[in-house]
Amino acid sequence: MTTQVPGTEGTPEGARQARSRFHARGRRGGGGRGGEELQVPPAEFRSYYGRAILKPPVWRHDIAAYLFTGGLAAGSSLLAAGGQATGRTDLRRAGRATSLGAVLASAYFLVADLGRPERFHHMLRVAKPTSPMSMGTWILTAFGPASGVAAVSELAPLLPERGVLGLARRVLGPAGTVGGWGAAATAPALATYTAVLLADTAAPAWHESHPYLPFVFGGSALASGAGATLVTTPLGQTGPARRLAVLGAAAELTGSHLLEHGLGLASEAFSEEQPGRLMRAARYLTLVGAAGAVLSRRSKLGSALSGTALLGGSLCTRFGVYEAGKASARDPRYTVVPQRERLDRLAAQDGTAPRTPDGRYLVDDHVPQEEAARRPRPQE
Amino acid sequence: MADRNSFYGPLESPAADAGWEESTPRMGFFTDTSVCIGCKSCEVACKEWNLLQEDGLSMLGMSYDNTGMLSADTWRHVAFIEQKVARKPPTDLGMPQMGPPPTEVDPKDMPQPDLDATTQSPEGPVDVRWLMSSDVCKHCTHAACLDVCPTGALFRTEFGTVVVQEDVCNGCGYCIPACPYGVIDQRKDDGRAWKCTLCYDRISDGLMPACATACPTKSIQYGPLEELRETAAKRVANLHDGGVEEARLYGDDPDDGVGGTGSIFLLLDQPEVYGLPPDPVVTTRDLPAMWRRAAMAGVGMLAATAVAFVGRRS
Repeated sequence: MTTQVPGTEGTPEGARQARSRFHARGRRGGGGRGGEELQVPPAEFRSYYGRAILKPPVWRHDIAAYLFTGGLAAGSSLLAAGGQATGRTDLRRAGRATSLGAVLASAYFLVADLGRPERFHHMLRVAKPTSPMSMGTWILTAFGPASGVAAVSELAPLLPERGVLGLARRVLGPAGTVGGWGAAATAPALATYTAVLLADTAAPAWHESHPYLPFVFGGSALASGAGATLVTTPLGQTGPARRLAVLGAAAELTGSHLLEHGLGLASEAFSEEQPGRLMRAARYLTLVGAAGAVLSRRSKLGSALSGTALLGGSLCTRFGVYEAGKASARDPRYTVVPQRERLDRLAAQDGTAPRTPDGRYLVDDHVPQEEAARRPRPQE
Repeated sequence: MADRNSFYGPLESPAADAGWEESTPRMGFFTDTSVCIGCKSCEVACKEWNLLQEDGLSMLGMSYDNTGMLSADTWRHVAFIEQKVARKPPTDLGMPQMGPPPTEVDPKDMPQPDLDATTQSPEGPVDVRWLMSSDVCKHCTHAACLDVCPTGALFRTEFGTVVVQEDVCNGCGYCIPACPYGVIDQRKDDGRAWKCTLCYDRISDGLMPACATACPTKSIQYGPLEELRETAAKRVANLHDGGVEEARLYGDDPDDGVGGTGSIFLLLDQPEVYGLPPDPVVTTRDLPAMWRRAAMAGVGMLAATAVAFVGRRS
């Protein structure tokens, strides 16, 4: 890459770290993961004393936990609606209860994470399609009450048959059906908008993952909903949950594989250190859970263990993705290297990359306006 | 009001795009780092005017920079970069020449500093230069912080700048990872997000922002962005003519990833050396694609659920 007089790098320490990481990676990549070296960017990059350019999210683990509970609520609602449509009463009841519990936990996590929790209702001032968080607020506002009505309606048989409560008893059944359908109709939005929420940031690992993240989160939501069903529902009504566990796990695993291998430099954030450990744990748990879901048709204990593994897999996926985004924002390499390569490529294409013979005083990011106008622009 | 380029690409007037019917010219900063002397007057003036609290007194070991970065309580940040660079031949300034003054000591007997002994590298003689630059919010044409704000606390002013309404912000924190420059941040003991307002209160009354007012070298200039772009173009051409070929503008190009910024900079090295992203792109450029993917995944979830319930009843 750039030839420099020793010491001109913005950060000698950062460059040293990048070099050591480069070599460590090269050694490891040699062991049977052929071709991976080709994705490794130039080891040298410049930065301001190795400091982060971006601000990592200030969100706490509440948000990672919410990604899980929101998905669980969505997956459970879909299974409950299926149970409702096919007369599987136990499945319906368990799904609705899980959904309400998960959506209540979601609301808690979301409000608790605000810098000013008492102002949570300011979210309801506006509806902004450019803000996935605003859209999510409205999705949750639609989903929550529907899920709540559906779950509460399961208590109808406990009410007396006469009087005011008797009336409530008669109304609750149909209301629960409507609520159940309402929750199922908004569940896919609830499960997938969180992927857009993370992707619509400058954190490189989140932003770059936008083509795949909705599938990871959607699959993870189905797998966790199915997992909860395997834990809570009598064996006789768990057939659909087993099939859904396999489908959801397949989407979650395929998507996660693409996150870990298909995003160029950003993939390193998903495969190294703590996020990498979480993503690997998610893979094993989800694989074991999905296999168990197929094999444990006759065992209550086996089903419960498989369901727990699926829930654990989903939880690890959410935390892994969450931590990967944070890690990619903390390390300026993820921001600088792809942007620098993009500029260098552009300059090389246009023949406007000036290189002094001795490589000093590189003015290699100067892109005149005529060239800039030819930059590829999306959707045009 | 929404334009084809409301989310990406060049935009005539961000204020008009945001719905202002009568907007003033777009106002901004031009920070010419070639004349910055690193006095930090801008940091201090900003803190004083905006009543920003102290945010940590520590020695960072980064040259004269003990501020570190822009944050909720630092809206101007002066970066210091010490570099070794190849020695350039001295510029002939065309000054009148004269002989050495009469002296009783033979010049050959005077002690001569051995400059080369300390400034040699294997690549040849080197000098040291200091880059100093006062960073600030970019007030982007396409501001990701504003786009993603779920409460409407962040808004576009009639000056085309981007400001947080502190009475509306509920501290959701979404703007913080959305900013491609890492400008906006959360004040820990307060929970809300804070950043440069381009002195909205001062410029509304026809005053200059505090930092530009305090800057003793006119490194920070404030004015209509249109004029600042011209000033900047002239200045960079001037520097190129004078042999400072490493001078380049940053943020002046309406075709860049954020539609050009309201704060433009003249830099003497690559942006990343100053802690600036080399080619930032507003994240909402890809938002339509993201929503489409999410919709596909959502339909997939419904289809998978339907498939799971079809077939044997068990």
